[in-house]
Parts: sequence; C-alpha cells; structure tokens
Amino acid sequence: MAADAHQAKHFEEGLKGASETVAEFHETKSPLKRIQHWLHQTPSAVPMIVLVAALIVFGLLSDNFFKAATLSTILQQIAIVGILGCAQTVVILTAGIDLSVGAIAVFSSVLMGQMSFRYGIPAELSILIGLALGTGMGAINGLLIAFLKLPPFIVTLGTWQVLLASNFIYSANETIRSADVKESAPALQLWGLSIQPGGVRVLFAVFLLIVLVAIMAYVLRQTAWGRHVYAVGDDPEAAALAGVKTRAVLVQVYALAGFFCAIAGWVMIGRFGSVSPTASTGQLGNIQSITAVVIGGISLFGGRGSIVGMFFGALIVGVFEMGLRLVGTDPQWTFFLIGVLIIFAVGVDQWIRKAAA
Amino acid sequence: MTREPILKGRNLVKRYGKVTALDHCDFDLYPGEILAVIGDNGAGKSTLIKAVSGAVAPDEGDIFLDGKKINFTSPIDARAAGIETVYQTLAMSPALSIADNMFMGRELRKPGFMGKVMRQLDRPAMEKFARAKLNELGLMTIQNINQAVETLSGGQRQGVAVARAAAFGSKVIILDEPTAALGVKESRRVLELILDVRSRGIPIVLISHNMPHVFEVADRVHVHRLGKRLCIIDPKRHSMSDAVAYMTGAKVPEDMNEFA
Repeated sequence: MAADAHQAKHFEEGLKGASETVAEFHETKSPLKRIQHWLHQTPSAVPMIVLVAALIVFGLLSDNFFKAATLSTILQQIAIVGILGCAQTVVILTAGIDLSVGAIAVFSSVLMGQMSFRYGIPAELSILIGLALGTGMGAINGLLIAFLKLPPFIVTLGTWQVLLASNFIYSANETIRSADVKESAPALQLWGLSIQPGGVRVLFAVFLLIVLVAIMAYVLRQTAWGRHVYAVGDDPEAAALAGVKTRAVLVQVYALAGFFCAIAGWVMIGRFGSVSPTASTGQLGNIQSITAVVIGGISLFGGRGSIVGMFFGALIVGVFEMGLRLVGTDPQWTFFLIGVLIIFAVGVDQWIRKAAA
Repeated sequence: MTREPILKGRNLVKRYGKVTALDHCDFDLYPGEILAVIGDNGAGKSTLIKAVSGAVAPDEGDIFLDGKKINFTSPIDARAAGIETVYQTLAMSPALSIADNMFMGRELRKPGFMGKVMRQLDRPAMEKFARAKLNELGLMTIQNINQAVETLSGGQRQGVAVARAAAFGSKVIILDEPTAALGVKESRRVLELILDVRSRGIPIVLISHNMPHVFEVADRVHVHRLGKRLCIIDPKRHSMSDAVAYMTGAKVPEDMNEFA
C-alpha cells in the first residue's frame, strides 16, 4: 500500500543533485542552424533572395532590363496571377488546394459582363453581383470540403470543370467586344486605367494587387482569424481541440478565395478590354497561381509561409519571362527554369521543416 | 460525504456503431481534489473524458457542473464554462509560436480602433501573459516566447500545454496522460505542477497509466472498466496491485462505493 508509493518515490532519489532546470531553451549556434532558424521565422526570405539575384543577373545581361517601363510591364503582367495567388495562398495555408481559381475568375468576369449587356443592369451593380457570385462559388468549394470532408483536390478539380463548362454554356461562347464595354460599361474596365508618372504607365491593377497583398499580410499575421487559418493548415485536430471553429474557417477561406478570383475576373476585363469566356486564365490560372505560391515558399502541406512570399514568387515568374525575352533566348527556357525553381522551393521547404524539429 | 461534486456525470452512454464505449457510466469530481481515472486500454477512459470536456456528445445521460445541467457541443463550450483539457496529443499547432498557441481560440485584441475595427491582435499583452504564466509555474526560462512550438522538446511542449490549461482553467482541469511522453525529471516537474494547481483550489482529473504517479498525487482513484465506473478507491488504503487487479478484472472489489 503506502510502501508501494514509497518505493515509487525511492527510485527518483537519484535525481538529487541533478540540474533543477527543466526545459531550457538553447539557442542553436552553428551558422547553418541559424540560417535554418532564420528561414523558419522568415519564410519569404528565400524567394526574396532569388528575386534579387534574378534582377541583378538580368540587369547585367540586358541593358534594357532596368528601365522603369520594363519593370512596370512586369508588374502589369503579374497582376492577375498575383491576385489569383492571394486566393491560392489562403487556401494552401489550410493545407488545401484550389484548382478552380481560374474558372471562377473567368466565369465571374463573364457574369459581370452579361449582367450589364444581357440584362441592362448598371455596370457598378453588375460588378457587385459578379463579386458576390464568385464568393458563392468559392463557398460551395468550402462547404463540400468542410462538411462533406471531400479532398480539396477532388472538389476543386470537379468545380473547375463544372464552372468552366457553365461559363461556356451561359455565355454561348460569345465575347463582349472591348469597344462596347468601353462605351456602355466603362466601370468594368476600371483596373485597366493607368497613371503615368514621368511617362511610365502604371496600371491601377498593379496598385490593387499591392494593396490586396498588404491587406492579406496584415489579416494573416495580425488577426486571430489569420492565426486560425495557419492553425487549421498546421494540424486541424489540434486547432479544433484548442477551440478553433475549423469548418467555419475552411468555408470562409474558400469563399474569400472565390472573392479574390472574382476580383481577378474584374481585373481581366480591364487588362484585356473585352469580356471573353475563352480567356486562357480559365485553364491556366490554377497552375500559374500554384506556381507563384510554391516558389514563394508557402508549404503545400499547410500552415507555413507568407503571402508576401507569394508576391515575390509571382514577381520571380514575371522577371524570368521578361528577362529571358529581353536576353533573346528561346522562351521555353522560362518554363524550364520555373520548373527547376518549383522543385528547389519545395526542397527548401522540406529542409526548413526538418531543421525546425 | 455530503459535499456536492463540482463536475458530475450520470448514466453516460456513448456508442460508436456497435461498440459501446460508455455504458451507463457515472462520474464525480469534488472541489479541490485530484481524481485519477485509471483503466485498461479500451475501457472507455478517453471517451469519458471527451464527454465531460465537450469533445464528444454523449448519446444518453446528464452532465452537471456546479449542480447545473450542462450540454456541451464543443470543447469551446466546456472552456467557456471553465473546464480546460490537456489532451494527450497536446492540441498545439507546431508551426505557431508559444504565445499564439496559448491564446489559440481566445486571442486578445488591441483596445480601441485597432482592435475593434481592424481586429488587430494585442501581441505584446499576449506575450507578456504567456511569459508570466510559464514563469509562474516555474516551468522554464524563456528566451523567446515567439519560438515555434515544434522547436521545443516533448517536455517543454507538455509544460506549455499544462501552463495553458492552468492559466485559463477556472473550474476544472483535465489532464490526459500528462507524463506519458516525459522523462523522469520532466515527469516530476509536471507532478509538482499538478499539486501546485490543486493548492490553488482547482480540482484536477488525471488520466494516467502510471500507477506510481497516480498513487502519489491522487486523492481518489476512479477505476474504469468495460465502459463504466467499477469502483472508487482510496489510494492510501489500497495498493497499486489492487488497483491493477480491479481494472483488469483479476479481482472484484468488495465494496463498490466505499469511497464515493
């Protein structure tokens, strides 16, 4: 009885004289470990370094590279992918994936156009309807994933096809011409407008992208909701036990992604002028945005990375495309190098994870 | 015993398909005590604990907190009522910081415009609180409260999880196998921590397989067998081998309720 307990205490007497401190934090000292630790804390550092290196290399290779016009064109070209990347970032942070981003963007842009041209709704209201419908499409993804527990890859593979097909059926494959949009619904082309400080044309769309990234960086880092997004991606069961409403967070994340896609759809009208159901974004938007996210150092396993990294990732793709074109190589080298970068980025992600443990 | 239990379960039933995990089980936790719950694997300890901590809704039966009937639908409800649970898995997000984890699901926001409208977290306040709680429990000398939890050792993580429960648990703290993954020294610290929490008047439910630990700190031992409470024993009057014999069915207790 009591002797048992005595016995139990007895073996611990050997502890006397042992160090009293439990669980001290030891700072790691080796330089490599320090780099790992720093990368762990600053996930956007890798893409930033790659970006700066790419800028320097292309600046040396091509005299025309460091011109304001070139840099502004790069930004212009990543505007849509960057906004889709914002959508993809929040989804991938929850360890999900959204293959339907491009389809939602194109369908939303078609809906905005058709609201105005088929039903005569004022352009401003059409835009709001398009944004709401895009959000709804994202929410459907979220509901299927959170409540039916279907894998995000499968759900969005399905909705990608369904939405893209609906887009073609609904629009009867008809493009609304740029001149018509300009004449009767100019608000649809808002993001194609530009300011020209010192003769360099900067699209509104570029400012929009930067503002969206800044807002999302704040939301993900500085609000409870943002922390919950990371927690859900990190370990959903732990998050639920700790009091995070994981299903609500998932639905909100996919709905927000749908909203960003609809914004991207609106920006597409500004960039291309016309409203086209056959825009290549419908097919390629998902792969392009996933590429930006992965090169940006955001872990496909969820819970790690920053949206600023995604922005750098999108910029890297833009810089490679432009730089290689200016240098005059075969454009296939762009895809070659981006492929290498993707594998490199995922390798670094794995290394950081290992180092962290 | 005339005291009213602070946490009471009556006739709890929980079935998973054809398996009955809880079979008309009773449960009593009195104020200020450490109640150990022991039982063989598959006896339904975890289900019992999940039922009283809100992680699982029982199919039948009632749970009372402070004499009032409660109906938890999620761990958040239980937490709001003052019941904190440290799960065996610890329920922490490895990539997030110590402070983030301590406040997960109950974050503090900045006062005024930044907090109300911009929903900004009050990081300095959360970090200060987390640091104070960890120091208060004597668990660790913290250098970086923003360190990711995955960079901590098993004992350190356990310490953070217990500190989180102790910091927020106002009525009941439930610890599921708190020493299972720990070394001798770290286990000792956690046991001291448990006694420290009791000395502050908060009752504790301790689920453990470690008989020496159970017999050292528990005031009463709830022996769980085949989905129900077999008996409650006084660790001062029974030996560890008795307890093991009861929970494995090798021996039948003479008086089922001698100490209930």
